[in-house]
Amino acid sequence: MWGRLSLDALPDDIVTIGGVVLGAVALLLVVGLLTYFKKWRWLWKNYLTSLDPKKIGIMYIVVAVIMLLRGLADVAMLRAQQAVFATMESSPISADLFQQVFSAHGTIMIFFVAMGVLFGIINLILPLQIGSRDVAFPLLNSISFWLFAAGMVLINLSLAVGEFSTAGWLAYPPLSTLEYSPGTGIDYWIWALQIAGIGTTLSGVNFIATILTMRRKGMTLMKMPIFVWSILGSMALVVFAFPILTATLGLLTLDRTLDTNFFTSTLGGNPMMYINMIWAWGHPEVYILILPAFGIFSEIVPIFARKKLFGYASMVIAIIAITILSFTVWLHHFFTMGAGANVNAFFGIMTMIIAVPTGVKVFNWLFTMYRGRISFTNPMLWFMGFVATFTLGGLTGVMLAVPGIDFQMHNTLFLVAHFHNMIIGGVLFGAFAALEYWFPKFTGFKLHEGLGKIAFWNWIVGFMLAFIPLYILGMMGAARRLDSYDPSLGWQGLFVVAGIGVVVILLGVFFQVVQVAYSVWKRKELAVGPDPWDGRTLEWATPTPIPEYNFAKMTPVTSRDEFWELKRKKVDISKPGTYEAIKVPKNTPLGIWVAAAAFLVGFGIIWYMWWLALLGFVLTVGLIIYITLREDTEETLSAAKIKSIEDKAWGRA
Amino acid sequence: MTNEQAYKKSLGKYAIGFIVSLILTFAAYFIVTESYLEGMVAMVVIGALAFVQMIVQLIFFLHLDEESRPRIKLFAFASMSLILLIIVVGSLWIMSHLNYNMMEMSPAEKTEYMMEQKGGGF
Amino acid sequence: MIETKIEIAEKKHRSTIGFWLYLMTDSLLFASLFAVYIVLKDGIASGPEAKDIIVMPLVLTETILLLASSLTCGLALLSFKFKKIRQAVVFLALTYALGVAFLTIELTEFSTLIADGHGWQHSAFLSAFFVLVATHGAHIAVGLLWLLVLIIVLARKGLTSKLERQFTLFGLFWHFLDLVWIFIFSIVYLGGLL
Repeated sequence: MWGRLSLDALPDDIVTIGGVVLGAVALLLVVGLLTYFKKWRWLWKNYLTSLDPKKIGIMYIVVAVIMLLRGLADVAMLRAQQAVFATMESSPISADLFQQVFSAHGTIMIFFVAMGVLFGIINLILPLQIGSRDVAFPLLNSISFWLFAAGMVLINLSLAVGEFSTAGWLAYPPLSTLEYSPGTGIDYWIWALQIAGIGTTLSGVNFIATILTMRRKGMTLMKMPIFVWSILGSMALVVFAFPILTATLGLLTLDRTLDTNFFTSTLGGNPMMYINMIWAWGHPEVYILILPAFGIFSEIVPIFARKKLFGYASMVIAIIAITILSFTVWLHHFFTMGAGANVNAFFGIMTMIIAVPTGVKVFNWLFTMYRGRISFTNPMLWFMGFVATFTLGGLTGVMLAVPGIDFQMHNTLFLVAHFHNMIIGGVLFGAFAALEYWFPKFTGFKLHEGLGKIAFWNWIVGFMLAFIPLYILGMMGAARRLDSYDPSLGWQGLFVVAGIGVVVILLGVFFQVVQVAYSVWKRKELAVGPDPWDGRTLEWATPTPIPEYNFAKMTPVTSRDEFWELKRKKVDISKPGTYEAIKVPKNTPLGIWVAAAAFLVGFGIIWYMWWLALLGFVLTVGLIIYITLREDTEETLSAAKIKSIEDKAWGRA
Repeated sequence: MTNEQAYKKSLGKYAIGFIVSLILTFAAYFIVTESYLEGMVAMVVIGALAFVQMIVQLIFFLHLDEESRPRIKLFAFASMSLILLIIVVGSLWIMSHLNYNMMEMSPAEKTEYMMEQKGGGF
Repeated sequence: MIETKIEIAEKKHRSTIGFWLYLMTDSLLFASLFAVYIVLKDGIASGPEAKDIIVMPLVLTETILLLASSLTCGLALLSFKFKKIRQAVVFLALTYALGVAFLTIELTEFSTLIADGHGWQHSAFLSAFFVLVATHGAHIAVGLLWLLVLIIVLARKGLTSKLERQFTLFGLFWHFLDLVWIFIFSIVYLGGLL
């Protein structure tokens, strides 16, 4: 009945217990506040069951931020261990716990923070920028979010019940086989990713269909904002790469539960095939993350340089090139696995080639700035931080692309510094820039400029302090994923510097939290209109708050940067007109139920509670059948209702 | 064209698709079971027959040729095919090189070697 | 809920594109399983190789049955298009029967192998064989369940525009599964004999 679940599954070390208690307290606090302020109904109606992409986008970001805090807590533990505890007699962080912490850190940051923030931004911005009222498949969108949330719940649950994987964020066999990892760790990892991953794949389908079929009349592909192009490229990668992950995780699951022999070392299996397949997914994954960040900067730079984006066509070509090329480099993640010089040379050369279109984009942004009227508001500041850090990281990437150099640097802290350089400098700074840029559109007030600047400088200085030492350590031979290094090497000083860097970064995060809280508190003073930055694209051609249906009138588009053109022609978008009835999707909790059923499948298989897994499976199938049969999925907002919403939104009421 | 004529035309398309697919299936079947061809040549021919049957079914059953502009399904299929080839051919190339570097052992030899090592406490 | 002709056409187009994109993801899923199969098919350990477990006449029969069901499926959709509903139902029933026949043969193949001690646990080759072929079989099973649901709805409500759209999507799915089978037939079964 209980499978392998027992009271033994509860944590027994002080650090994990502390983490669980902290998490439980936070959860109780939220539940308490919602109850005290009687906001459950409001939350259910306005967010949890909403099919409005703007609401779904907010939920993605909330989950991502929560996971960011957990991922940062992991970092604090890792750095504390290497900088301080390693030099002590005994460490509060056991060796086994350390392995779990860095595995959780990587998994959480990539799958739940980066992907979460990105999909949140896409939900918020994509339909608006193509002049549409919704995504192609609203219910599917909700299901995708809730599957993502189910994965998040599983990963967090592993802290309290059972253990997490100790095999890194990619769980290579043989370590991840049943023989060497018999506990629940790998299984938690597998199912959190499998469930969230299916959500991602469905979103890929959804967003591509949206871009291809729901653009405003007149918006040809070459009139789309570059952000939209970058999403098209990113989602093409999702659609082609995520199934490889699904298959590979599935095969590992079969090895662990049904005794198959895909990645075993005996009976004909081949663990190297896992590494090959997982990276065939894994490399496109990092481009899935970075392309939207590039897209965000393509939106921001023209605004804060007050100049049209330089080289639109070459930007499009670069995105297409990056999309295709990202499928041709994956072996560079395992140059050292022994495929030989010819194979390594091919993939090394392809890896260098893929740097070229990225370089084109960076130059285009710089050319956009040249002779523009630049204002160093926070979004532009984050962009400049990106140029500095991402370019540095990119250079180290080109170094690593040389197989000979990689043989020395592979799996050292040099590699760790490189990919953090790319993801923090690229994806995270892009997300922060997006936050500062688009925040006023949805809330009606800007984030406090000064606090944002302090946060930025803390992040940049902290980043340099945290990772430059890692580059040096890596070149000197420090391997990754070790919880201590022999003090006679004399490296401890560099670890201390890295530790200080993390403290400075955490300070930056602290200021970001303060910035948001303070801005909410002072929102009246920070209030702005619906177009605070003199925007160029259609998301700014709306009132704030944006109505559920986005646009009352679907006037055809005639040029790139359509809103800029409308303003140039002195078109007043707030002018009332004749309104028509609009159909919007009805709220529904179906997304929650599907994800809950999927959660039962995952939890059941993890703990060998086969009846539970079967129950979850049957429920999933039943719900899907119900979904295909449901009628009455939309409600009509009458023309009169639209008029009253518009009047109120534009302040005419 | 009247309704009935259009119907008959479509019907004919399905019939052709089915019959040609059947022929291609039997051709591949007999080439192998009757050993008309062997080894690498046979594999290439079988592969080609499979590829042709796929095209036949894409056109005659899935009507990929009847799609109106913009030909999204066709473009998606072509893109998918490109990526598929890169992943599959790339993986086979990589894995065969990895295996080559594992001292040219056959899988049976490899199993034996691994089991010896394992018995020796690894 | 009254839908205009344009809305119906737009919805059908959007759904078709969306479902087609899903089929493209499924193609990569199968591609991964094919790549794994080809790499691991020589990993027979001390067990059988492909030649030893393939029963060709049965496989040929399966193949013809599935091809026929793809035809009858297409004819059903054609019948719907020309409003020949009774005819469509006949073709749908045939599609279902042929699909069930296919699955029955496949399940017999599997149970025979397992009874002979050639289950998926015994070598990498057998694991890869079972998982690739059974994943396709699982898709067929899902398709049959889907078809059943659609037929029941058709019987109760007649052919609404929504149902017509759903049958179209089913058709795409069913034809796609026959495409995948071409490659299983060629690479796993015929390839196994070479």
